[in-house]
Amino acid sequence: MTARDFHTIIVGSGPGGATAADELTRAGRSVVIFERGHNYLIDSSHPHDLMQVFSNDELKYTFRHFLGPDPWLEPRTFRRTESDGDRLLVGEVNNLPATVGGGSVHADGKLYRFREDDFRMLTELGPAPDANVADWPLTYDDLEPYYATAERLIGVAGLATANPLAAWRSGPYPMPPGPPMYGSLLTSAAADRLGYHPYPAPSGVNSVLYDERPACNNCGFCADFGCPIHAKGGPGPALRRALRTGRADLRADAFVSRILVNGGRATGVEWIDAHGATHQELADEIVVAAGAMETPRLLLLSGFANPNIGRNLMFHMQTFAFGEVPYQLHGHKGRSVTHVHDDHIIVDDLARKAAQCSGLPWVKGGLVEHIAPSKVIAEAKLYPWGHEHRRHMRRSPMREHFLGFCMHGEDLPQGKNRVDLDPCIRDFRGIPVARTTYEPHPHEIVASEHHGDRLTSILREAGAVNLIVATSPTTTGELTSAHADISVVPSSRHIAGTARMGRNPRTSVCDEWGRLWEAPNVLVADSSLFPTISGYGPTLTLVALAIRNVDAFLGRPPLRVARESAGSPTVALAPPRPPADPIRDREAAR
Amino acid sequence: MPHFLSDGQRRILAAACCRLVPADDDPDATELGAADYIDGLLGAFLVDPPRIWAGGPFSGRFGGEASFASFHRLAAQDELAWRTRIEGSRGIPERERLGPVVGLQEQYTEGLAALGEDFPNIPAEQQDLRLRSVGPFLSVLLEHVCEGLYAAPEYGGNRDLMGWRSIGYLGDVQPRGYSDDEVSGE
Repeated sequence: MTARDFHTIIVGSGPGGATAADELTRAGRSVVIFERGHNYLIDSSHPHDLMQVFSNDELKYTFRHFLGPDPWLEPRTFRRTESDGDRLLVGEVNNLPATVGGGSVHADGKLYRFREDDFRMLTELGPAPDANVADWPLTYDDLEPYYATAERLIGVAGLATANPLAAWRSGPYPMPPGPPMYGSLLTSAAADRLGYHPYPAPSGVNSVLYDERPACNNCGFCADFGCPIHAKGGPGPALRRALRTGRADLRADAFVSRILVNGGRATGVEWIDAHGATHQELADEIVVAAGAMETPRLLLLSGFANPNIGRNLMFHMQTFAFGEVPYQLHGHKGRSVTHVHDDHIIVDDLARKAAQCSGLPWVKGGLVEHIAPSKVIAEAKLYPWGHEHRRHMRRSPMREHFLGFCMHGEDLPQGKNRVDLDPCIRDFRGIPVARTTYEPHPHEIVASEHHGDRLTSILREAGAVNLIVATSPTTTGELTSAHADISVVPSSRHIAGTARMGRNPRTSVCDEWGRLWEAPNVLVADSSLFPTISGYGPTLTLVALAIRNVDAFLGRPPLRVARESAGSPTVALAPPRPPADPIRDREAAR
Repeated sequence: MPHFLSDGQRRILAAACCRLVPADDDPDATELGAADYIDGLLGAFLVDPPRIWAGGPFSGRFGGEASFASFHRLAAQDELAWRTRIEGSRGIPERERLGPVVGLQEQYTEGLAALGEDFPNIPAEQQDLRLRSVGPFLSVLLEHVCEGLYAAPEYGGNRDLMGWRSIGYLGDVQPRGYSDDEVSGE
């Protein structure tokens, strides 16, 4: 066998890839991380400080594709069903950033744990027609210690006792929550009066100095923006720890186009550099963490033949509810979302009744974020021209007067919803792009209608008028609008399920430890693994899962915390230890 | 700042921007820099680095060293994408991978010609009728006027921050940010 320079190749530098790099290098293995996008996050030379590049610039981030991928250079294609023909649209399809740090750079960092029930949906709720509802091959209890580790490594601010519907936890959050936004205080009070259980959103955004990074200063450029002061945790700290071991190499502008396989084992990858030249890199094992659209694309480009690859694609069906209040809310000040409630996740009698009326066994909603629109250019583009344009902008219904909710409705896994390779469209490198075939299940539509009504009743209780409900994807609307937010193409930025893990190779792509059935030295470390998506954002769960699966890959015994011994979470955990610094250690030893 | 549009085209564009967001207690869109912004976008590649992605992390308006005006250099593929958007594909094979692209420069040249050389001199009601008759160009223009009023001034519009000031908005506030009281209070 030809010599290799690194033990492990990691494809993707987002939360999954960065976590794998952190765990593997801590265990003494050497890694090379390939990232197709540019590097604005972390200095390539020691001591690998986080770079000072991100800015409060709506134009660059929202309208000029600064974080990539540019939808003309690296398009995706979309159709609802095969009957739409080869595709309806070429361009942006629920894109996550293509940049060092991946999706966590633009996210506002809400980091939720799933609930116990989310890991055994089939057992708890039973099957649904035309859906591959499944239990996970692990339980919440199995994952709990890894959730705690993930929260400590990223730095999550939250209040452990605030959500009565939450799963049990072995300890408190590492930081207290940050300051609540004014509008969210109003919606939370109204929700509370109606018997819901709003609580401070657990956020990977510092509320105090943590892990060498400052507390958030509420600039308001949070969701969709890189953080100029790195108050958002994201994958930066994990990449920094990995690089500081001296055992990691980060290659930006480097696109992995194929995994090389020989006799049921991966031997390396083929990759394309910034000048378009193709190279090979060999390694003992490969971690694929390219995101739930790009991971199946890479597996298919590599010739893997498991018919489940790319199937069971899930997004969240988002239900937006807005209402107008006369007083000013200043939604552009703060962390985008500071309050949430989980009540719509519980399948109660009303939800069962709504399901039965539509011939479904049950419907399940999702987490509700209390949201506050903050962008001025985006708002300006909504208004008609003429004298009234500036009148609208001065009054600013979006930033100043809209109370709003966004429910991340759980999507059921369906075999026909999938990612495959577009038969014609190629990216600027000449590689076939990912094609999405996706249509919501009736479950999501019924759940959205049912819970949308409940959300508007909370807004009414808060004193809001002119109530509006909309969904993404739309169920009847246009193919796409100029802003692509309201379209049949989903815009949740939550994507999962396309390389699902399980115990049966006929119905899954990866085994219960995240290894490809077809090549067990390939470990998938992103939300592609999820058998079901739950009603929560996927990031914390995919990070916890990556830690667990890498640990297992390294032959370590699983972490265990007995629920009974967990006790009440009162003592805060310490921030992550500074990692070993080989250069400083060497100098100190002299 | 080098111009892409001719003086005649600039006069038509200026008059059109005035109709999209007219003066009230505050000046019209042209006086706030919308036409400058659009000309800057059409001529983004007349300067080096091109005027596509402003620098960071801070503008200097609320502390820190001013860095927005140092625009990013573009990687080869980003230059390809933005030149294709702005200049059009012009039969160049690598720009026509997804089919021919009509560039913004051509859209403006044709759109302004359709508004007519006499556009600045006709009555406001007739100007509005003409604007409504130019089809998709009107929405392109409106989007860019919004960007020109409310994007950071380093992109060429939002003159003297008057776009933001006219709506009571501070814009980029790093590294100062907002206080906890400003977030949570009324």
